[in-house]
Amino acid sequence: MRRSPKDTEESAAILSRRGLVMGGGMLAFAGVLGLRMRHLQVEQADQFRLLAEENRISIRLLPPARGQIFDRNGLLLAGNEQNYRVTMVRDEVDDPEQVLRDLAHLIPMTNEDMERAREELRKRSRLVPVTIADRLSWEDLSQVAVNAPALPGITPDVGLSRIYPRGADFAHIVGYVGPVSDYDLSRIEDKDPLLQIPKFQIGKTGSENKLEHNLRGKAGTKRVEVNAIGRVMRELGRDESQKGANVQLTINAELQNFVQARLEGESAAAVVIEVETGDLVAIGSAPAFDPNLFVRGISVKDYGELTNNKYRPLANKAVQGTYPPGSTFKMVTALAALEADEIDPEETIWCGGYAEVANRRFHCWKRGGHGHINLRNSLKQSCDVYYYDLAQRVGIEKISAMARRLGLGERHDVPMSAVASGLMPTKAWKRENRDNDWVIGDSLNAAIGQGFVLASPLQLAVMAARLATNRAVSPRLVKSIDGVETASGAGESLGLSDAMMAHVQGGMFAVANESGGTGYGTRIAEKSLRMAGKTGTSQVRNITKAERARGVFRNADLPWERRDHALYVGFAPADAPKYAVSVVVEHGGGGSTSAAPIARDVMLAAQTGGMPPLSAYPSAQRGRVSSALKKLRIWNPYEPQAPDSQA
Amino acid sequence: MSYLEYNVKSVPSGLSKILYLNWPVVVLLTAIASVGFLMLYSVAGGSMMPWAEPQMKRFALGLFLMISVAMIPVWFLRNIAGAAYAVSVLLLLAVEFFGSTGMGAQRWIDVGFMRLQPSELTKITLIMFLAAYYDWVDIKKISRPFWVLIPVLIIAVPVFLTLRQPDLGTALLLVFGGGGLMFLAGVHWAYFAAVVGGAAGLVGAVFKSRGTEWQLIKDYQYRRIDTFIDPASDPLGAGYHITQSKIALGSGGWTGRGYMQGTQSRLNFLPEKHTDFIFTTLAEEFGFIGGISLLSLYVLVLVFCVISALNNKDRFASLLTMGIGLTFFLFFAVNMSMVMGLAPVVGVPLPMVSYGGSAMIVLLLAFGLMQSAHVHRPR
Repeated sequence: MRRSPKDTEESAAILSRRGLVMGGGMLAFAGVLGLRMRHLQVEQADQFRLLAEENRISIRLLPPARGQIFDRNGLLLAGNEQNYRVTMVRDEVDDPEQVLRDLAHLIPMTNEDMERAREELRKRSRLVPVTIADRLSWEDLSQVAVNAPALPGITPDVGLSRIYPRGADFAHIVGYVGPVSDYDLSRIEDKDPLLQIPKFQIGKTGSENKLEHNLRGKAGTKRVEVNAIGRVMRELGRDESQKGANVQLTINAELQNFVQARLEGESAAAVVIEVETGDLVAIGSAPAFDPNLFVRGISVKDYGELTNNKYRPLANKAVQGTYPPGSTFKMVTALAALEADEIDPEETIWCGGYAEVANRRFHCWKRGGHGHINLRNSLKQSCDVYYYDLAQRVGIEKISAMARRLGLGERHDVPMSAVASGLMPTKAWKRENRDNDWVIGDSLNAAIGQGFVLASPLQLAVMAARLATNRAVSPRLVKSIDGVETASGAGESLGLSDAMMAHVQGGMFAVANESGGTGYGTRIAEKSLRMAGKTGTSQVRNITKAERARGVFRNADLPWERRDHALYVGFAPADAPKYAVSVVVEHGGGGSTSAAPIARDVMLAAQTGGMPPLSAYPSAQRGRVSSALKKLRIWNPYEPQAPDSQA
Repeated sequence: MSYLEYNVKSVPSGLSKILYLNWPVVVLLTAIASVGFLMLYSVAGGSMMPWAEPQMKRFALGLFLMISVAMIPVWFLRNIAGAAYAVSVLLLLAVEFFGSTGMGAQRWIDVGFMRLQPSELTKITLIMFLAAYYDWVDIKKISRPFWVLIPVLIIAVPVFLTLRQPDLGTALLLVFGGGGLMFLAGVHWAYFAAVVGGAAGLVGAVFKSRGTEWQLIKDYQYRRIDTFIDPASDPLGAGYHITQSKIALGSGGWTGRGYMQGTQSRLNFLPEKHTDFIFTTLAEEFGFIGGISLLSLYVLVLVFCVISALNNKDRFASLLTMGIGLTFFLFFAVNMSMVMGLAPVVGVPLPMVSYGGSAMIVLLLAFGLMQSAHVHRPR
């Protein structure tokens, strides 16, 4: 069919017109595309370039190695061990169950481990590495590394983890670290980005906690290029982290071990301090616990056992525990009276077994009384009535002031958890806190270290050191930080006359070395090692009239919780004091029978620098002492180590 | 109006036809494809595999097919246009049918060396058939409702079938391509005005109805629209593609970050970096200069198509050439709009550059038709 030329022309004209319109439209749209491209690529280029860099570069923190802690001889107390572990990124695995099974063929994994790994894989993001197994041996890690191609998503890895090679010995002094908790974050001001790292370990208790800012070190950073799923492609640069400062303590780890071993089986504390420098060489608290359990994540069962134990293993009794000091306080009362010139050392006071003051009977521990007794003998035999008399002459304010001079009732600044300030009451204190006026009976009780008076074993050891030196010795736990020696705790003179000190020290010598002294039974035979000391037995309950009448006085007949605390303070050698000691045995009964033997063994160990020599004991006791010492669980598997020898 | 109605002075015959090809278009297409090879090499991290080499082979095959088709007389093509359309619709039906009886989500048919997507083929056969229809229909009747309804149905059938796949990108291209051809053929303005007006009204109604009782689309569909309008509102979800794509483009700046230095694509922040989003890699690595150069190549292809069409006195050949130019335009315009955040993300590849066999071969076949029209034009 032929069409008319007119039609043909008309249609061609339409087509040309429309074609041009469409061509123009297409060109216009291409122009819009070009403009848009210009807008994005030229005008907004800087902004988008920035966004691309943000996409690409991720800054990762490099956790620093934590500073190590050493004893005074360079033995490692807290170190960092390489923790070989295996991680899995869920996103890189098709069948995690199969990989886990394969892994279990290579490394020891219990069903419990597997279950925990599955749980973690479920909980965590698919993109982050989840720890499947840790604390592997090098051999196991190598096994995994060699087989890595067959284990998709699995990466052998190494991190640092805290280790306490001395175990329970330093549980209370050094404390332990643990992962940062939400509670920690809410409590501390610190805005260190390190704390945001999951499972970053910080000091939870003890020196680990108190010296956190020294030990932690500084975070490094590394800038890495990551791809869209967050996998690291390459490292662009890094700022190395700075290792935390090494800390050297004044503690002698071997003596500490002896003290802990000696205290084992009791609920007790003992502190040994160098009288010249205030260096704390041993701070024992029993029972203790293995701090490594906490680092690894303690099980509910283990933790329950620790918290339900009536001997309170978690508490550091040496600094947290406060006890009525009992007769160990008598030196304070004596010095207060001597300084106030209210008593002549040779003046005798008559003890008839009790004193009647304000219509109340205050008993001496010896029912029949001590008869006429002077200062030296009042200490030696621990006569209570003598001190009831002094209390009435001197008054509580002066006794309290003397106690403070000797380091009681004040909080000593040592980097350990919950250091107690004890309590040294005054009239004002009672009005404020007990809503009652001070009565004379309060003074009488305070004079023999009962009533309101409370002191920690640390304070008692400091008191003993001050009695030995006549100087305001203050305790020092940290010997050096990063090699920089800390200030000595030698302190200024107490300003008490030598004559007064000699009377009190003489009394203490008599306690420990003269026949009839309360500590004579635990004397040291070797002259150059002899102690001067004071026993103490403090009541934790009131003895009722009925009980006194019936004569129920024997601690052994009472339930443990109601028995008296046994205490001992002392220093040695008696003629040229080097160490001071305090021992508190909770509900241990009598100071001379429970606390004094411990003090003697500990002082011998401190002075000789090893196991107490049998020759230092009175010959009649050697057999019993020897078998007791052999039973102690002494261990010393670690070689001495200089502070900087381990990176 | 057809070829035979003219007085033809000379018709190229035999192999000499090759001399009469529209060589500028061949050169331009080769240049564009080469840009593609370069980019595929780059996104593979500097490797011929897995994309650049297969793409080159397909291009070689496509080029051969294009020249072969160019040898076929255009009137023969016109005569088989109806059959071609029918076959492609049957293929779409076949995919639909087998797709529902156990071939899973397959949208393609394996033809041995490659997988052929019938929906791709439909893009040409629809243009061919409509061009043939308007070549046949009387110019005076062209705007009468009945004669408008017929091409609308011709377009609607494959659009419906591709929407069911669902392949929104192809369906859109079919609608715009078919509609564009109707416009070129001279259908009255009023129809287009009505359609545009109706669409605008519908969009307005959809937005107005949001949150009211007579809400027209589902809430999640609104959220998709929100994401398109403001990708930043959901940067890790639905907006992720477009946000990352814009970052890649923008960070290219004037001159780009250098060949194979694009961090967005190399580190996999870009989705579909070797297919639909390949333009962003180009723009990131070669910057504005690279992007505008590629755009210019595309525009030049269009210009040559339009010139060829306007110079062709044969109505079928002219419509076919314009239609193919329009399809080509729609491909790159939709793709670029999409990666630059001007259009929602629909799966439309960048023509001749994106990795993908079907699309490239079908495009080269289409240019074979255009070449045939060019070679056999009345002189």
